[in-house]
Amino acid sequence: MELLRFATAGSVDDGKSTLIGRLLYDSKQIFEDQLEAVERTSLARGDDYVDLALLTDGLRAEREQGITIDVAYRYFATPKRKFIIADTPGHTQHTRNMVTGCSTADLVIILVDSRNGITEQTRRHATIASLLGIPHLVVCVNKMDLVGWSESRFEEVRAEVEAFSSRLAIADMTFIPISALTGDNVVERSPAMPWFKGTSLLHHLEELHIASDRNLIDLRFPVQWVVRPRSAEHHDYRGYAGQVAAGVMQPGDEVVVLPLGFSTRIASIETADGPLEAAFPPMSVIVRLADDLDVSRGDLICRPRNRPVVSQELSAMVCWMSEQPLRVGAKLAIKHTSRWARALVSELQYRLDINTLHRDRDAGELRLNDIGRVDLRTTTPLFFDEYRHNRATGSFILVDESTSATVAAGMIRRAGA
Amino acid sequence: MSYQTSHLDALEAEAVHVIREVIAEFERPVLMFSGGKDSAVLLHLALKACWPGPVPFPVLHVDTGHNFPEVIDFRDRRVAELGLRLEVASVQGAIDRGELSEDRRPGASRNRLQTHSLLRAIESAHYDAVFGGGRRDEEKARAKERVFSLRDEFGQWDPRRQRPELWNLYNTRHRPGEHFRVFPLSNWTELDVWQYIAGQGIELPTIYFAHTRHVFRRDGMLLALGPFTAPRDGAADEAPFSATVRYRTVGDMTCTAAVESLAADVVQVIAETAASRISERGATRADDRASEAAMEDRKREGYF
Repeated sequence: MELLRFATAGSVDDGKSTLIGRLLYDSKQIFEDQLEAVERTSLARGDDYVDLALLTDGLRAEREQGITIDVAYRYFATPKRKFIIADTPGHTQHTRNMVTGCSTADLVIILVDSRNGITEQTRRHATIASLLGIPHLVVCVNKMDLVGWSESRFEEVRAEVEAFSSRLAIADMTFIPISALTGDNVVERSPAMPWFKGTSLLHHLEELHIASDRNLIDLRFPVQWVVRPRSAEHHDYRGYAGQVAAGVMQPGDEVVVLPLGFSTRIASIETADGPLEAAFPPMSVIVRLADDLDVSRGDLICRPRNRPVVSQELSAMVCWMSEQPLRVGAKLAIKHTSRWARALVSELQYRLDINTLHRDRDAGELRLNDIGRVDLRTTTPLFFDEYRHNRATGSFILVDESTSATVAAGMIRRAGA
Repeated sequence: MSYQTSHLDALEAEAVHVIREVIAEFERPVLMFSGGKDSAVLLHLALKACWPGPVPFPVLHVDTGHNFPEVIDFRDRRVAELGLRLEVASVQGAIDRGELSEDRRPGASRNRLQTHSLLRAIESAHYDAVFGGGRRDEEKARAKERVFSLRDEFGQWDPRRQRPELWNLYNTRHRPGEHFRVFPLSNWTELDVWQYIAGQGIELPTIYFAHTRHVFRRDGMLLALGPFTAPRDGAADEAPFSATVRYRTVGDMTCTAAVESLAADVVQVIAETAASRISERGATRADDRASEAAMEDRKREGYF
């Protein structure tokens, strides 16, 4: 069974938690005791219906305030697929959570209230999904029951969203009219909207082709850990453990190890379950090389004629996640694949207004939840690709060296300043 | 070649990556091993991540003194077979030393007292990464948990100040005295765990499978009749009886309930789990029933 990871985004009142509750409930993934707890809380709050949002709001403050604070992960399965949902809050101040939830997602669901149409939140979420390189976007036009199941209203909203998103890099976009509250078009096709010729949301999630989303062409294997047991039994054993970031490798393949650049061959690919004929994402394996080279954590195995950029200068889109603003001259720790380095922010090119996509070139700083283009210089060379070609070797995090907090998510655009 | 990956293969690859990241970036990891099914799976994954070498860190058990003897036997046998170093943080020891006082009210358990012994063990051995078998599907506060979850110098979890966790780039930086709880099974469900146990042939304590036991009913849950749990005096509705039961979770005998079941092997347990309408902890854990936020409150204090 295949695994599909998706994130959900929407404003507080768009019914996002209700939709998730509905997916879990209608696919029979909600247990009776969980439902009873929700019913008790709904009753105690004086709601006149069972608020399925309470299923996903796990923290006390969330239940009391009726909001979602943090990314919550939910799990369900149908006979066709297993799903992991990253439920991300919609308020402006929690954009960093949306970026977090999207970073591991294959697909994003954006909810739009059919009465309001596109809002600032919709633009923000579509922009983030595009920046995070999400291959598939589903726009659920929700609360169709409140606009009389109107086809023309659905088409108006679709046109608004399409007009905005034509300026974004989203390869696959699907629109589905739903009512999360009543369940129409969530699991089953809605009899109330016979004019809609598409499938239900769940059917779409089950059938979507995702196997081709992985990069199986450009071999990238960041060395995570050098395996040298030094036990009597494995005295001379030396292997390189890691998770395949992209491409396919097989024993006998000619490879180079960066940064040294020496050529060698893959002697074997090993796991605790035995040797493998091939390794590809997302497998965690041990690679053994034909020659004894000096290889450490943070090095990268690739093909001689298909290498990443090796550079100490890079330009990237970053989402800033700290209360302390980012300014030119800041020195931060950077984690990229399995390598830590230090980075200097040498230039702030622009701050992106994610409502208008306007580039503010006069912005002196990036504040919490701002997205902008920065140039970085690192203390040691990194081996990277553009994020749109490779999410694993094109992404990084920035860490404040004094507080150890994660302060930014970065997506590499190109080498050099 | 199709380059297909099943969901269990993907979950295993992710967990192995997380474990290796800890080995590469921390100085003093430890793995919490209770002998329960999640920790048995966790240990199995650690063996795979470290292969062909041995597991280079000890395992830690917080022992309430009220454990199922079958589970302690299993724990000790596995540790011996694998040549691991077992550290036991004893709640009884802490009570004997006067560090903790026991709640003697009927129905009380030592569940909450475990936090003290766990934090003391972490502090005295200077562990900087503590592997746990917690899963996000278990409980709604756990659904908000990070894979690498920072604990302050008091061992406390602050859900509102969690670091964003992006891609598979884990920020392992911390200050002296702080530590991380690391949850490689974060994205696994109860059913995934059982399917993996079946696929890998992972051994479990016998109490996970149907057996005959003397039990009594309290608050709708089946508790084992034993040295630490007995019906309340004069409670007619707590009359003991013999039943065929198994355990879905394994913890302290005083707060872990059995479920009536005829599932005698892994395949039958999977069929039952897939059809179950009651959540794992909801069916069996008195410790979560204290209040809506029982788990959140305990986690904030430093619980598993």
